[in-house]
Amino acid sequence: MATFLSRSGPFTDPDYTPEFGLESLVTSKVLVLGAGGLGCEILKNLVLSGFRHIECIDMDTIETSNLNRQFLFRSSDVGKSKAIVACEFVTRRLARRGLTLVPHFCKIQDFDDDFYSQFSIIVCGLDSIEARRWMNEKLVSLAATAGRIIPWIDGGTEGFQGSVKLMIPTITACFECYMKLVPVQTTYPLCTLASTPRLPEHCIEWAHELEWPKRYPDMDFDADVPEHVDLMYQLAKERASQFGIEGVTKAKTLGVVKNIIPAIASTNAVVAAACCHECFKFVTSCADNMRDSMYYNGETGVVCVSDPYDKAADCAVCASLPQDYVIDERCTLGLFVAGATQKFGLQQPLFFTAEGDLYNSKKPDAFATDIPVVKLIPFADRVAKVQINIVDSSTPSTLKLILKVQ
Amino acid sequence: MVMAYIRAKKDLQEYEEIPGISIKYDEANPMRIDLEVCPNEGLYQGGKFKFVCEVPEDYPNRAPEFKCLQKIYHPNIDLEGHVCLNILRNDWKPTLTLQLVFAGILHLFLQPNANDPLNKDAANDLSKYPAQFKRHVLNAMAGGYVGDEKFDKVVDYPDRRYL
Repeated sequence: MATFLSRSGPFTDPDYTPEFGLESLVTSKVLVLGAGGLGCEILKNLVLSGFRHIECIDMDTIETSNLNRQFLFRSSDVGKSKAIVACEFVTRRLARRGLTLVPHFCKIQDFDDDFYSQFSIIVCGLDSIEARRWMNEKLVSLAATAGRIIPWIDGGTEGFQGSVKLMIPTITACFECYMKLVPVQTTYPLCTLASTPRLPEHCIEWAHELEWPKRYPDMDFDADVPEHVDLMYQLAKERASQFGIEGVTKAKTLGVVKNIIPAIASTNAVVAAACCHECFKFVTSCADNMRDSMYYNGETGVVCVSDPYDKAADCAVCASLPQDYVIDERCTLGLFVAGATQKFGLQQPLFFTAEGDLYNSKKPDAFATDIPVVKLIPFADRVAKVQINIVDSSTPSTLKLILKVQ
Repeated sequence: MVMAYIRAKKDLQEYEEIPGISIKYDEANPMRIDLEVCPNEGLYQGGKFKFVCEVPEDYPNRAPEFKCLQKIYHPNIDLEGHVCLNILRNDWKPTLTLQLVFAGILHLFLQPNANDPLNKDAANDLSKYPAQFKRHVLNAMAGGYVGDEKFDKVVDYPDRRYL
């Protein structure tokens, strides 16, 4: 890596020095989210690229079906934590001076702001949209409220297609800005399932959504119980033969009810490589990063492009960032509401926290407006411990306030 | 805070009352809404149809789910309470709101649709024997039988007024 980083090229930043690149590479702390199909590749790539301090979070355990592509795992590892086994394998196989890999066998939601704040950059190979949205909100809020901007690179694959996003919270488009590109999950009209099935999927969804609760009212379907999958397969098969539909197999049944997307090892490798490459360029500054996002399609021919992507003006996370709002210690709910309504030009706002409504202008009588705000929500060191959200028809986004007592 | 929660709160705050629909929910849990549909015209006039609406964790990327809590006779609602409405499934868009899907549910009662049957017998009656369909609707709403099936009473007046 020293050889690589010491050469300049036509795209190298004029202020770049090899010392800076190398120093950043060995001192930066990288957090890897997910130690599955992408995570295994990412961990291996980052260590081979010269990163020294890596932590990894994954809440899952290893399953037999992972072994074809999650190459850090062996059949004797089935049932163990992905994060722990992956970090141990990489440490053993690629041992070098100063390398530390720290696994965390838990959910990303188990960690607080202080934990995330220690990282220079995050590389994310999660398979859940919900987890990424959570991470996104956390990182945008860290940037907005604590000035701690942690860039993150998100990789995702679906069969032969994959994408990479480079996101710098509050500066570039955030994950939520991209949500409008996420296709809505395929669903079939219930009446098609009930009356005019044409596809094997129609038969399986019919069995899953309509027939199972009728046939087995006291048994909730669990896709992880093999006997349940067998019963579901039988229901779907009977349905298919009634309508002369071919192609209902057990594998297809499991695929539809669990919404399994086939994972392709080569797609994971391509996407993980692009993620780590962006991570390497960002940390060392040795070359420019791509603008915003990359898309890879290996399904028909090979297409690979990178695309700029602008922030969404109506993004629920980054279009309106949490902002400080200073109040007097004796400020009542009524005064606070009136002040905020005037300041932000609200029409019929609802003020609420995670616990419930603080004030609803549609039901003004339901709230005691003469109580000081400091008695209504918890404060620590004169700063509110919960965020106040305001929704109002005057704005497509949500206003978020962090109250501070003067 | 979870986006779905905030979006549900926003939808409900901007909800403008639809004649024929009343909604109830716990302010701390906007993810479950009780809906009562009282069509003020059409064949189902006078009935009070209870639904529960569940907002999924990935709302608005996934449509809210509805279930009718009573056993009713309707071409687009089956005997278990499943509802067939295009905007709740294949035509769902994240830009749709709770307001619009509530209106969609009411619309099913104002204009039952024989082309998307969940209750095939009811759809068949509606398209081929409208007079019989009307009789069946009134019977079922009063808590009576249609064929071998007994339905839940959804009207306020004494039992079997129409029989």
